[in-house]
Amino acid sequence: MSTPERRDARWLLVAACALFAASALAAPPKATVSGAWIRLLPGDLPLAGYFTLHNNGTRPLKLTGATSPAFKRVQLHRSMTMHGMDEMKPIKAADAPAESTLTFAPGGYHLMMWRSRRLKPGMRIPVTLKFADGQHLKVEFTVKRPGQ
Amino acid sequence: MTRSLRLIAVCSLAALALAACGSGKQHWNTNNITGVMPNLRFTLTDENGNTVHASDYRGKIKLMYFGYTHCPDICPLTLATVGRTLKQLGHKADKVRVLFVSVDPKRDTPDVLKTYTQAFGPRFLGLTGTQAQLKALTKRYRVSYSYQKPDKNGAYAVNHSAAIFVFGPKGKVRLLMNRTDGAAAMAQDLAQLESDTIQS
Repeated sequence: MSTPERRDARWLLVAACALFAASALAAPPKATVSGAWIRLLPGDLPLAGYFTLHNNGTRPLKLTGATSPAFKRVQLHRSMTMHGMDEMKPIKAADAPAESTLTFAPGGYHLMMWRSRRLKPGMRIPVTLKFADGQHLKVEFTVKRPGQ
Repeated sequence: MTRSLRLIAVCSLAALALAACGSGKQHWNTNNITGVMPNLRFTLTDENGNTVHASDYRGKIKLMYFGYTHCPDICPLTLATVGRTLKQLGHKADKVRVLFVSVDPKRDTPDVLKTYTQAFGPRFLGLTGTQAQLKALTKRYRVSYSYQKPDKNGAYAVNHSAAIFVFGPKGKVRLLMNRTDGAAAMAQDLAQLESDTIQS
């Protein structure tokens, strides 16, 4: 038997759950980024960006892209060495499992970035990382010299 | 077996053979390929637009690496590692030249190559050539290169060898290095090569 009080309590519970779900969706990803940098090259050659993404949440994150006002195009890429040959391929996404890190480092995963403005060593460039669930994470990348 | 696998197999066998003969009392961190491949020989165009031959670099220890400038990750990583190697060598680096051979002559004009190599230091020189010249050189050292399909923006990646070939002052092939060997190991080998008594 459900009394009116019980029914009210149920509705309250449902409302609380909905609120909780909504706030979880709107909240920024439980992720942080460290060591974000871009290797500068001369002229207008495309550049590579690197970082470590720490997924502190209990859900996996899927990185699907990035944008930046300093770059007209940014793609996710991966370098691989197979049988002594170096190859570089665009990738659609990179996974950061729950409570683990995703590393973009020289010789592996990297952001491939086509410049839309002049960059200099020491500059800090905002880059927005985009995830499959619609969440965004704004990160500052430091521009470093080619020989870094 | 791919050409690169054959290369590794030949080099490993040669290294074993040399060790078995007892001719190599020296310890090398990287692969000793002395005598396994032909002496350095090429006709290419340098970053100043001049036709050059391997003999133009006589007297210098030469590091030869195949790459392309529109390569934002692996190529700069390799050249930066070589740059750190030269820094560790100190004044001995004066005797070393790094020949960055672009296998993407369509985009890598001498001007592009010059500004690119200057970013890594004065001992880095950019070279490129016709497809025939590049094919001849890569074939001579049993490596290859190929072009990926351009994307909708016309950008394309180039597959290239990861190897760094090291030649003595007279053009004799000596070592096969890789960026993963690391600057310290590479510097140690180059220092040993420089004080080497073998006429190479």
